[in-house]
Amino acid sequence: MHDVAVRTEAKAGQDWPLQIYQTLKAYGVSQISYVPDAGHSRLIELSHRDAAIKTTVLTTEEEGVALSAGAWLGGDRSVLLMQSSGVGNCVNMFSLAASCRLPFLTLVTMRGEWAEFNPWQIPMGKATQQAFEIMGVTVFRLERPEDAEEVISAACSLAFESDQQIAVLISQRMLGRKKWTETK
Amino acid sequence: MVANFTLARREAVKALLADRKDLLVITGLGSASYDVFDAGEHPGNFYLWGAMGGAAMVGLGLAQAQPKRPVAVITGDGEQLMGIGSLLTIATKKPGNLTIVILDNGHFGETGMQVSHSGLGAQLDVIATGAGFRSVTEITDIKGIHDYRPTLQRIDQGPRLARIRIATGHVDRALPPRDGVYLKNRFRENLGFAVT
Repeated sequence: MHDVAVRTEAKAGQDWPLQIYQTLKAYGVSQISYVPDAGHSRLIELSHRDAAIKTTVLTTEEEGVALSAGAWLGGDRSVLLMQSSGVGNCVNMFSLAASCRLPFLTLVTMRGEWAEFNPWQIPMGKATQQAFEIMGVTVFRLERPEDAEEVISAACSLAFESDQQIAVLISQRMLGRKKWTETK
Repeated sequence: MVANFTLARREAVKALLADRKDLLVITGLGSASYDVFDAGEHPGNFYLWGAMGGAAMVGLGLAQAQPKRPVAVITGDGEQLMGIGSLLTIATKKPGNLTIVILDNGHFGETGMQVSHSGLGAQLDVIATGAGFRSVTEITDIKGIHDYRPTLQRIDQGPRLARIRIATGHVDRALPPRDGVYLKNRFRENLGFAVT
């Protein structure tokens, strides 16, 4: 029995996108916007499948910062999904959330930090946390799948209940290595 | 290169917002914010003083949150050009209650009247059509404004885009409140959300 429970728990821990989705639902998130990203693909799929969440694909990340602002003005809670390479695109748009003290939550999958194959990902990956912090966004890190619920829950509370701007950086180690050669 | 349009921006916006009823309005930074403020202060106005390129997306987030209220984004050609991709994003969501109104003088008015891409030939109406907007209208005179006004009340069959060709003449600034927290709380209270 004990063994089964442990395995189930471990398996649940591995399905961290589902846990993030369930936590966002528990906090009443009803708009999700995203720039396509492999690390977020399951969460994007869960969001699209949920008729109660308005899911919006963006052409560039800063659109999502503005979308979240409008959602809050209209009474909706919104979350932006992106990859670390898109964070720099948002810098000026973060002034909207700061100036109006708007709740803002973004979940960022990291590139350029753990076993990265593509050197072009590294500069923005290294600057991701600072790019948020120079604009007053508080950064949390999610390093282990089993922490997903707790970290996202804390981030949601701070964002939507304390009007803070929060970014959760999801470790590249959690996402696994990207395969660069096709297996036949 | 820039065609000579004569419609006065203040007169146009005032006529557009007359008898606005439940209309919620997001304004793009610069002259569009001044025009909407000059037309009449209203708690259903949210003025952007920054976030250039973001007005249309703020409008989308709001329109999706308030599908039973008509939402208009009133902005300038320069502001919309900086977020031109947002027209593609909005078109994918087909928000029936959203209208984007571009006050187009073909110039960047706030920064010294440099000629904009629109003034140099970019056709924002054609771009909106290509992006997938269901309704695109070009307006060049006050009759066109009066004819279009009821359309802003619609909560179906959007998104719409109206390109209003305005004159380039100087207009004194009319400055709306610029405290973002105040504007946010006022706007939300007007929709029935208590300040926490």
